[in-house]
Amino acid sequence: MSSDQWNVLDFEKPIAQLDDQIAEIKRLTQERGEERAEDIAALEADRDRLLAEVFQNLKPWDRTLLARHPKRPYTLDYARLMFDDYTELHGDRLFADDHAMVGGIATLDGREVMFVGQQKGRDLKDRQYRNFGSAKPEGYRKALRLMKLAAKFKRPVICFVDTPAADCSVGSEERGISEAIARNMMEMSALPTPIVAVVLGEGGSGGAIGIAVADRVMMMENSVYSVIPPEGCAAILWRDPTRAKDAAEALKITSQEALQLGVVDEIIPEPLGGAHRSAEMAAKNVKSAIIKSLDELGKLSKTKLLDQRYKKFRDIGAWQEAPAPVVQDTDEG
Amino acid sequence: MTFGLRGRSATRAARKSVDALPDGLWTKCPGCGEILFNKELEKNLRICGKCGHHYRLGAWYRIKITVDDDNFTQFDEHLSTVNPLDFPDYDAKIVKGRQSSGLQEAVITGVGEIGGHKTVLGVADFGFMGGSMGGVVGEKIVRAMEYAVENKLPVVLFTASGGARMQEGILSLMQMAKTAAACAKLHEAGLPYIVVFTDPTTAGVHASFASIGDFTFAEPGALVGFAGARVAQQAGVIHRPDNFQKSEFQLEHGMVDRVVSRRELKGVIEKTLNFCLGKAAGPTLLSGDKENGNEF
Repeated sequence: MSSDQWNVLDFEKPIAQLDDQIAEIKRLTQERGEERAEDIAALEADRDRLLAEVFQNLKPWDRTLLARHPKRPYTLDYARLMFDDYTELHGDRLFADDHAMVGGIATLDGREVMFVGQQKGRDLKDRQYRNFGSAKPEGYRKALRLMKLAAKFKRPVICFVDTPAADCSVGSEERGISEAIARNMMEMSALPTPIVAVVLGEGGSGGAIGIAVADRVMMMENSVYSVIPPEGCAAILWRDPTRAKDAAEALKITSQEALQLGVVDEIIPEPLGGAHRSAEMAAKNVKSAIIKSLDELGKLSKTKLLDQRYKKFRDIGAWQEAPAPVVQDTDEG
Repeated sequence: MTFGLRGRSATRAARKSVDALPDGLWTKCPGCGEILFNKELEKNLRICGKCGHHYRLGAWYRIKITVDDDNFTQFDEHLSTVNPLDFPDYDAKIVKGRQSSGLQEAVITGVGEIGGHKTVLGVADFGFMGGSMGGVVGEKIVRAMEYAVENKLPVVLFTASGGARMQEGILSLMQMAKTAAACAKLHEAGLPYIVVFTDPTTAGVHASFASIGDFTFAEPGALVGFAGARVAQQAGVIHRPDNFQKSEFQLEHGMVDRVVSRRELKGVIEKTLNFCLGKAAGPTLLSGDKENGNEF
């Protein structure tokens, strides 16, 4: 792990320093042939203790930063690490190919699957190419096209969610970004094949749910899922984007909170320190969670599968049936 | 979960409805600056006689000018909001929303007759927390749609909303999926689903049940779009065409079927229902009639 300052979060800095020391000693032992295994082991133990300590006390805003971590593995990293083999497919057949939404056919532990997901970029050029992971209408329509293909050939669908939000440029508005997201949710709710969704990093609002109407919705431990980014919420409610930390608390965006609220079914553990410290281990955990889900879903009849999926979303939300008959509008809330 | 008719007549409930117009004799038109007599405006369906500006309507007023002879029975009148996330200041905002709108929540649903067609009707009210969709709005919309499926009735929705309700966080995001899934049930049952965009229809509502109707109409000049101005600004969208996110912009880009003046709206809805169901059909016309239904 390099301590490249742009890629290290504030609360990661003491950890990164230890990482650097360990790397330095390892380099020296190689160069000079010294035997310093004990020093390394001690430092590594220190680091792991520190990691555990820091990660025990993470606040929702820290999780937000981790979910957006520039070194976090992205959709195609997971595809490469998880699948035996995958072949990307392109285009919505209507307008264009959206580079912020990827998808294709893949083999997962010997079984044929379709995958779709938002893709972010690693460096500046790549980020622009991927539009920072914000998909346009053509992206959502590509995803739907692929999901329908999966249903046609009775293959399950895996959705990887990682987007700050859907694209809201003039062009996206002109081509019906709202309609594309709405149609995806509607079609997914009745798509006759198992669907598993994993929020890998940022589950940003409509952009996320546009590919996340699934039989099983899972979140990575340090991912976030929110109706609005904390900065946006703070800007609108308090006219002060710098209160994003408060908004992150209030919005209940962490995986633990989403699990408690019944919005997700499972949290996928990340390696200590976050998925970016070992993409391989993160991918291994995602892979086994998905396989387990697909095994369970595969046993259900089509009717049962769709009934359960409908009910799953149907039952989300809070309200009260105030005792009837009430005549006056009193504040019974 | 139970649902059913637990309502009272539109007239009785409308007594409590809060007028969307400011108090007093006069109103200055935000469209053209003309000073308008409130009484005249009222007679004119709250459309400016000079420039045609459509004022926002309260839900009850809308219902009154849409259904035949006050024929409307409300669903789920007492479904009310809780504060599931313990979100700061939310309780106070709900109370304020109730006081300013005279409503329990931001949407009224029920069943009434439009042009002789028994129709499930949902009308949003911007006066209650900007018409935003939280758990109650989502639940009411879904119950109304499920009622339509069970009783084979068409659905007409008037939307007016700033989007999903932030104060219910991820739960309100899920209302988008929940309502969209209920729309799938409507389409599956071959039932007509008509949406009318009124000012404003944006964000989480525009990007869910509002945008997947069989027929989509919009009132002139309404703000209709995905990202609210502040959100778009934060995302760095600066150069925007003059009519950006207006009904007319959406028409130009193929996203609505017609922009319809409020005066003609009831007529257009009736014609559309006639197209789907036959003239002045009874409530059972659609039974076993899936082939003739309006599957998309």
